[in-house]
Amino acid sequence: MVREAPSGAARVAASLPKAPTGISGLDEITDGGLPRGRPTLVCGSAGCGKTLLAMEFLIHGATQFDEPGAYITFEETEEELAQNVRSLGHDVERLIAEGKLAFDHVHVERNEIEEAGEYDLEGLFLRIGLAIDSVGARRVVLDTIESLFSGFSNPALLRAELRRLFRWLKDRGVTAIITGERGEGALTRQGLEEYVSDCVLLLDHRMQQQVSTRRMRVVKYRGSRHGTNEYPFLITEQGISVLPVTTLGLNHKVSSERVSSGISRLDAMLEGGYFRGSSILISGTAGSGKSSIAAHFAAAACARGERCLYLAFEESKAQIVRNMRSIGIDLEPALARGLLHLEASRPTSQGLETHLAQLHHRVNDLDPQIVVVDPVSSLAAAGTDADTAAMLLRLIDFLKGRGITAMLVSLTSGDGALESTDYGVSSLIDTWLVLRDIELAGERNRGLYVIKSRGMRHSNQIREFVITSEGIDLLDVYAGPEGVLTGSMRIAQEAREKAANVSRRQEVERRERELAVRRAALRAQMLALEKEIESIDAEARIASTESTAAESIRADARIAAATRRGSEDEDEQ
Amino acid sequence: MRAEAMRPAADEERWILKLYTAGQTPKSLKAYENLKRICEEHLPGRYQIEVIDLVKNPRLAKEDQIVAIPTLVRKLPDPLRKVIGDLSDTDRTLVGLQLRSAAGGRQS
Repeated sequence: MVREAPSGAARVAASLPKAPTGISGLDEITDGGLPRGRPTLVCGSAGCGKTLLAMEFLIHGATQFDEPGAYITFEETEEELAQNVRSLGHDVERLIAEGKLAFDHVHVERNEIEEAGEYDLEGLFLRIGLAIDSVGARRVVLDTIESLFSGFSNPALLRAELRRLFRWLKDRGVTAIITGERGEGALTRQGLEEYVSDCVLLLDHRMQQQVSTRRMRVVKYRGSRHGTNEYPFLITEQGISVLPVTTLGLNHKVSSERVSSGISRLDAMLEGGYFRGSSILISGTAGSGKSSIAAHFAAAACARGERCLYLAFEESKAQIVRNMRSIGIDLEPALARGLLHLEASRPTSQGLETHLAQLHHRVNDLDPQIVVVDPVSSLAAAGTDADTAAMLLRLIDFLKGRGITAMLVSLTSGDGALESTDYGVSSLIDTWLVLRDIELAGERNRGLYVIKSRGMRHSNQIREFVITSEGIDLLDVYAGPEGVLTGSMRIAQEAREKAANVSRRQEVERRERELAVRRAALRAQMLALEKEIESIDAEARIASTESTAAESIRADARIAAATRRGSEDEDEQ
Repeated sequence: MRAEAMRPAADEERWILKLYTAGQTPKSLKAYENLKRICEEHLPGRYQIEVIDLVKNPRLAKEDQIVAIPTLVRKLPDPLRKVIGDLSDTDRTLVGLQLRSAAGGRQS
């Protein structure tokens, strides 16, 4: 059964078949595994993890890929080996009982043996052959075959026999791992790399600034593309874990969904929040409020019901909870609901690789939507700058590959440009917020601005932000001739505006009063005029009544006169 | 598997020798001849040689910790000794079997 290896391995597999190791990360850097049907040399100094790597190769083969294996050990006994891997949860005895693994401990004791004449190593061939045939092995490990050189006195003959052995292993079509001790100026003491030329892995275990670091490198891989860097690896409870840059290409899934920063005015600056699955860097000087922004983000995520992994390297869990409560962010409910995983550790407690591997494991366990690392800059204490940069690159790449929104907090030193990060990670970052102290008019105030935010329109203003007991608040921008006004200058500006407002309001009120008076005057005038009209009307009515009365009087008088004249006429006739 | 008939010996301890081979190769045949000659000379009448062909019995290679071919194993007397090669170097074979000390003196 051949399992499809990740990335471009399927394409390569057509030309060069591979046997996956099942070791996390190793299959990625070898582009699918070790060359199938060929021997691979794994070399390194004592205690670098050769035996474990070989053992895992066999055990994974037997348990995951249906490829039984044969382990030929020249140094440790079956019992010792079984014990070594039992702590990693592998039951070797059971695999042997099920016929999936075969062991043979080849023990050569020099002072028991006298050499008298010509010999060959046919006995070894037969034993390997037997181990292979007894389980139908597809994978073989020879660990450490160089021990033979101390058991026999004729190196020329051994070399010839080893050459024959590797040829023979190839002919049998088994995928083999041959381990070798690191030699002076050469990969192995006996120059095994001359015979095993298809694939060579070099393991290294060194101390760097009192921190143990394990590295792995693919020195050579004939006919296959492979990662050429030194990759850190770890030996953990889960076995060997190599930490590659997760993909050799950039194949992240991209989301246009926005996630809130937890600060509504910051969301507004970013036109809706961060992109889901993007990487956010918050850099700033000491005490500029980086952690508070991170805590807002984490709390908002948990409030939405998302899981958040918060790695703290400077403050303890209790301290963070207390400090955030003082600015109105209550992390307790999220912790109680199991949504927020707040994990504090000292950056120097482990090497960078171990930190990274732990993060890998925690992310695999929790499957969080959001990861906060506060601060990444303190990790520099656990390694050199170059190592830190490489580690951060891996970290960002890993989280991006998982579609996790990552918030990295970085402490920058007060001097020098804030825009330059010490670790050169800025180019990997999608959204970069810088917090800076603005010193103006004898005050330090906090300012926030967005240096970049890929794929979205964003505000280019420097905002002043204040940390209140209700959390972070971004304030309005007051741009004056000397730049952004903050602190008391802003307050003064506000006061000026307030005063102007007051006088404006008073002016309006005055105008209103004036108008009211005029309105009242006019109204009074109107009343007077109406009264006048009324009196005129009344006058008119009186006049008309009088005229009627006079008319009737006149009429009466005419009648009376006529009457009087009539009697006079009669008298005259 | 070939077994050499053992001739009974009265006074001295018995030697049990095993010669591991892988098929009838020239080296194996030569080793057997050399061994027989040495035994006849140094252990007349009190040795037993068992030739084990590991091609037929590969399991025995694992059980008896055989790597080189041919390998001669002195099973008895104790302690266990191994001599590898075609035994063409008689002196070293004798040293290996502790029939002669490294200094050159012959053992009892």
